[in-house]
Amino acid sequence: MTAMRRAIDTTIIVIAVVLIWQGLARWVGDTALPGPAPTFSYMTHFVPSARFAENAAATATAFALALLLAYGLGLAIGVWMGAQRLSGEVGEPILITLYSLPKITLYPVILLIFGLTLSGKVVFGAIHGILPVALLTMAAIRNIPLVYLKSARTLRLSPWQAIWNVLLPATIPEVLAGLRIGFTVTLLGVLLAEMFASKDGLGFLIINAMTLLQTKEMITIAVVLFSFAAVANAILLWIEHRLHRRV
Amino acid sequence: MHGDVHAQFAGVTRVYPGAGGHAPVHALGPINVDLHKGEFFAVVGPSGCGKSTFLEVLAGLQQPTVGTVTFEGRAVAGEVPDGVGVVFQEDASFPWLTVWGNAAFGLQRQGTAPAEVRRRVDDALAFMGLKDFAKAYPSQLSGGMRQRVCIARTLVLQPRLILLDEPFGALDAQTRLLMGDEVLKLWRTTGATVLLITHALDEAAMLADRVGAMSARPGRFIEIIETHWPRDRDSTIVAEPTFGEITGRLWERLRGESLKALGHSGQPPAAALAAE
Repeated sequence: MTAMRRAIDTTIIVIAVVLIWQGLARWVGDTALPGPAPTFSYMTHFVPSARFAENAAATATAFALALLLAYGLGLAIGVWMGAQRLSGEVGEPILITLYSLPKITLYPVILLIFGLTLSGKVVFGAIHGILPVALLTMAAIRNIPLVYLKSARTLRLSPWQAIWNVLLPATIPEVLAGLRIGFTVTLLGVLLAEMFASKDGLGFLIINAMTLLQTKEMITIAVVLFSFAAVANAILLWIEHRLHRRV
Repeated sequence: MHGDVHAQFAGVTRVYPGAGGHAPVHALGPINVDLHKGEFFAVVGPSGCGKSTFLEVLAGLQQPTVGTVTFEGRAVAGEVPDGVGVVFQEDASFPWLTVWGNAAFGLQRQGTAPAEVRRRVDDALAFMGLKDFAKAYPSQLSGGMRQRVCIARTLVLQPRLILLDEPFGALDAQTRLLMGDEVLKLWRTTGATVLLITHALDEAAMLADRVGAMSARPGRFIEIIETHWPRDRDSTIVAEPTFGEITGRLWERLRGESLKALGHSGQPPAAALAAE
C-alpha cells in the first residue's frame, strides 16, 4: 500500500519535472536548454561512448576516494567529540561555523596546494562531506539515553558488548542520516572541483560542453548526475526509514 | 518473617565530589540497614533525598564514599553483582529490538543456549502478559507495557535481588495500582528480595513489608515502618483501615522533610518566609 503510493508519488514528480523542463526549454530556447526529447535521443548514443565512460570513471574514482575520506574522518571526529564532553563543547560551534561557510571560497587554496590532480578533487569533495557526518555522529552519541548505558551495566555486558549491542544500534539511525547528507555534499564538492580545475570527469565535461555550446551534452550529463544522486539518496533514505520504523 | 540478611549497608555514605567550583554534595548517609532474604522493602522520601543513590550504590552502579555494601556476604565493588536485577524509571527498552528481542537480550549476551533462552523468554513474556506482543516493537506499546518489557528483561536472568527505581513514576495512577499487583505477583512467584524506590507513599504502604522513610538530603532513614501485610496481598488492601494508618504515619514523618526539600527550613511555610 505505502510502496504503491510512493511509486505513484515518484512518477508524478518525474512527470512534473519533465513538463517543467519542456516548458523552460520552449521559453529560453534550444541554445540554452534543449528539451527532454532531443536530450534523451542524444543520451542514447552519448552514454555508451568511450568518452563518457572514461570521464564517468574519473569522477567515480575521485568521488569514491572523497567519500572514503569524508566518512572515515567524519566518523572519527564525530565519535571523539561525542564521547569527550569537553572537546565536543569546544568543537561543536567551530564545526557548525565551518559547516555554514561557503567552502567554494577555499577552492583557490586547494588548487594551489594540489594543482590539477586527483588529490585536489578528493580533498575538496571530502571537506564538504566531513562536517555533516561529524556533526550528526556527535549528536547521535550525545543523545544516547543514559539509562541505556546503565541498563548495559546492570545486564552485566562487557564494555565491548555494550558498544556493539547497545551504543551502535542506538546511534545508527542518526549516523546514517549524516552519511546520507555527507554523500550528497561530497558529490557536490567533487563536481565543483572538476568544473573549476580539472582535465577530466563529468564536471569538466559539463563546463567543456558549455564553452563549446554543446548544450545537449551538457544537459545529458546533468540528467545522468541528477538521476544518480536521486537514486542513491532514495536508497539511503529507504535504509534509514527501515531502521526508523522501529524507533 | 525476618529471614537471613541478603544485603547489608554498613555505615554507607555517598558524597559527590565538587566539580567546576561547586562544593561537594553529601547525598546519602550514613546508612545502616539490612535487607532480609525474600522481603519487600520500600524506600520513600522527598525528591532529591538520595533514594536513587541508595539503590545505585546497592546495584554497584555507584561506589560508596565511606562504608561497605554487601550482597550475599560479598562486598559490592564497581560492578553489578550477579543475581541483581534493576528496573529504572526511564523507559530502558531498546527501540531497535522487538519485545521478544528485548526480553532475550541479557540471556543472549551471556551465551545461554538458544533453547533455554526461548523457554525462559516465553515464560517471562507470558508472566508479564506480553505473550501477544512478542513481535511488536516498543514504539507500538504504551508506557506501562514498555515497563513490563524492562521487567521481563530482568526477570529472565532470574535475579535474587530485584531493584526497582521508581518504575511506575511515569505512569498514571490506575496503571500504577495494577503494576503494583504485577510486582507483588512477581515477588511472590520468584521468591526474590525486592527493593522499591518510590516517591508515592501509598505505593510503598501497599506493596512493602517494611517501608524506610528517608530524610531530605543527605538521605538517612528517619524510621523504618513494618506493615505486617500477609504475603498474598494485592492492591485491594488500599481499602483497609491499616493502609490509611501506615500512609498517614509516613506522611507525618516526611512532611517536614518534604518542605526542607522544597527549600523551606522544616517550619511552617509562613515562618520560613519570615526568616528569610
